Amino acid sequence: MGGYGDVQMIDENGLRMDGRKPGDVRPITIETGVIPVADGSCRMTWGTNEAIVAVYGPMEAHPRKIQRQDRAVIDVAYNMAPFSTTDRIRPGFNRRSREISKVTKDALESVVLLELYPRSKIRVSIEIVSAEAGTRCVGLTAASVALADAGIPMTDMVVSVASGKINDVVVCDLNKEEDNYGEADLPMGVLPNTGELVFLQMDGDLSPDEFKQAWDYNVDAAMEVHKLMVDALKGGDN
Amino acid sequence: MNSRPVGQLDNMSNESSADGPQDTRRTLVVVPGEDLGSSEGIEAGHGVLVVGDRVISTKQGRMSRKGNTISVSPLHTRYMPRPGDLVIGHIEGCTNNIWFVDIGAPFNSILPMSLGPAKVEFGGTRKILDIGDSILCRVQEVEETHQSVVTMKGMGLRKIRSGALDELDPHLLGKLIGKGGAFLRDMKMQTDCRIVVADNGRLWIDGELENILEVRKKINGISSEARMIGVDA
Repeated sequence: MGGYGDVQMIDENGLRMDGRKPGDVRPITIETGVIPVADGSCRMTWGTNEAIVAVYGPMEAHPRKIQRQDRAVIDVAYNMAPFSTTDRIRPGFNRRSREISKVTKDALESVVLLELYPRSKIRVSIEIVSAEAGTRCVGLTAASVALADAGIPMTDMVVSVASGKINDVVVCDLNKEEDNYGEADLPMGVLPNTGELVFLQMDGDLSPDEFKQAWDYNVDAAMEVHKLMVDALKGGDN
Repeated sequence: MNSRPVGQLDNMSNESSADGPQDTRRTLVVVPGEDLGSSEGIEAGHGVLVVGDRVISTKQGRMSRKGNTISVSPLHTRYMPRPGDLVIGHIEGCTNNIWFVDIGAPFNSILPMSLGPAKVEFGGTRKILDIGDSILCRVQEVEETHQSVVTMKGMGLRKIRSGALDELDPHLLGKLIGKGGAFLRDMKMQTDCRIVVADNGRLWIDGELENILEVRKKINGISSEARMIGVDA
């Protein structure tokens, strides 16, 4: 991620290649109950990203060696469909999907009340159907909605947003070009009701001021996305 | 597929006031982490948590307030066993003297040889109930660790050998049964089927094939109707 210095991704008026201002988020839609057989499910589109998440459980944990006597375990499987990008992805797990499954699991474990279901397992399957930068954020956010849809007790929902740097300007919610040719990427997972941070990764370099700006963008965007999550779960009832 | 409405950027939900969601006329749908107001003089019921001086919801569901107790009844939930529940289970495994039964709960139940349907010799469990068999049983005991024991000693408890099994979310059983059992009684009369509604949301329907299909159609109707938020038991 060294950056391609001569690729102009933001113009003199501060508008990005897709017409967004630096702090703008791509259009988002959230739909719940999309997989009838699952205990909870969610389809989330975020720009041209699309994730489908299914939650099953809590159920008996198999194999028994993964059981914990004092709490449930969350089994997260993040997977990108072979057709989700222009370059075909080899089906099955790879290093990247294992890493994202792990960080997603860690983020979700901080909100789910696992101690209520000792020795059981909650299975979360995240399938990325269309990918255009920021799929780990879409997967984690959609997983939170699907868990809520499944009636799993949680103290809050995790909202994940990424900000980054392009042409020395900090911008929120990077698209594909910005992610590929930009200078930094900072995905974060925020708990909107308490403002706590449960997930943070960084790729590239940011100065302390830039980091602060990216952080603020992420937190503001997370609040905006949280409203959509709430609205989707309430189904316009309130 | 029966999906629910899509949240749009310009369709934001209402803000809650400092005392949590305010609506005295009806129950409100709340989501995990939602602030339900101050915890002063309030008792936390099901589906809520007291954090500091605030009450927060831990589930997506309908908030209700009875006296000083605030609780949230979830819109979707997994069955949690309680002693005395009539349940339909599937045999998932067995040892020489115990069967492991899937009753649709987060934890499998055990059926000891002594509570089985017939006298069993040690090591002969599979001759009586094999893996994959379905049984009508009753929850005898639920321990603090959520381990539960089921029994087949009792009137009407048996291995299921005929008919069909169907499933419904446990919180929708009230809707299937109706007031005083009226809806279920009508369905039994109309279809001439024997219908056993177990507390874990599983149903045993026995009768002519056409009639069974008719019952299943009605049950699916209840299930898909309930997928729209706003309909609950």
